[in-house]
Amino acid sequence: MTRVHDRGGWPGAGPIDRQEHQLADWELLADALVQSLASPHRGIIRIDELRRAIESLPSPDYESLSYYERWIAAVERLMIEKKIVTREEIDAKVATLGEECRE
Amino acid sequence: MRFREGDRVRVRADDRAGHVRTPAYIRGKSGWVAAAHGEFRNPESLAYGDEGLPKQPLYLVGFRQTDVWPRYPGRPTDTLYVDVYEHWLSPEEGSA
Repeated sequence: MTRVHDRGGWPGAGPIDRQEHQLADWELLADALVQSLASPHRGIIRIDELRRAIESLPSPDYESLSYYERWIAAVERLMIEKKIVTREEIDAKVATLGEECRE
Repeated sequence: MRFREGDRVRVRADDRAGHVRTPAYIRGKSGWVAAAHGEFRNPESLAYGDEGLPKQPLYLVGFRQTDVWPRYPGRPTDTLYVDVYEHWLSPEEGSA
């Protein structure tokens, strides 16, 4: 079975959007986060692990998330898998940040 | 390195669970070795936190687009190049 990321030749996939687009600040941060986690000096994740985690996203998530949203979802998975943080810690931090933003 | 530039090769047709770098649309297709890149750590094991050893030979493999896509509308000489690891390749039957 062809998996969600392996799209070459999918019927109805349509043409590729080749337009350049401006990156948001959080997208630049997402990129920086992955570059530092994957740096050979730290060796916390490998790019192949990131690819595997992105490909393993449930199909509805993969389809609905943007490029860097997939990266972030994959980094979360890998950090939890490697027992560096827990799902609960991530959710608690996100909740706190959400409150700070509303203040 | 099992293959040399110009050798005819066929990509394994099997579907495999897990992380692979061989796209589905060339599985079971025949092409030729356009270049031998050298040996690299295996991404199929690196993707799960292992060391990717032993290193796997990697080749640039050329395919006729008309062999890859049944109703390819372009020119018959149009060529697709894909990097394929050696364990995905076998000698094409009937070639030396």
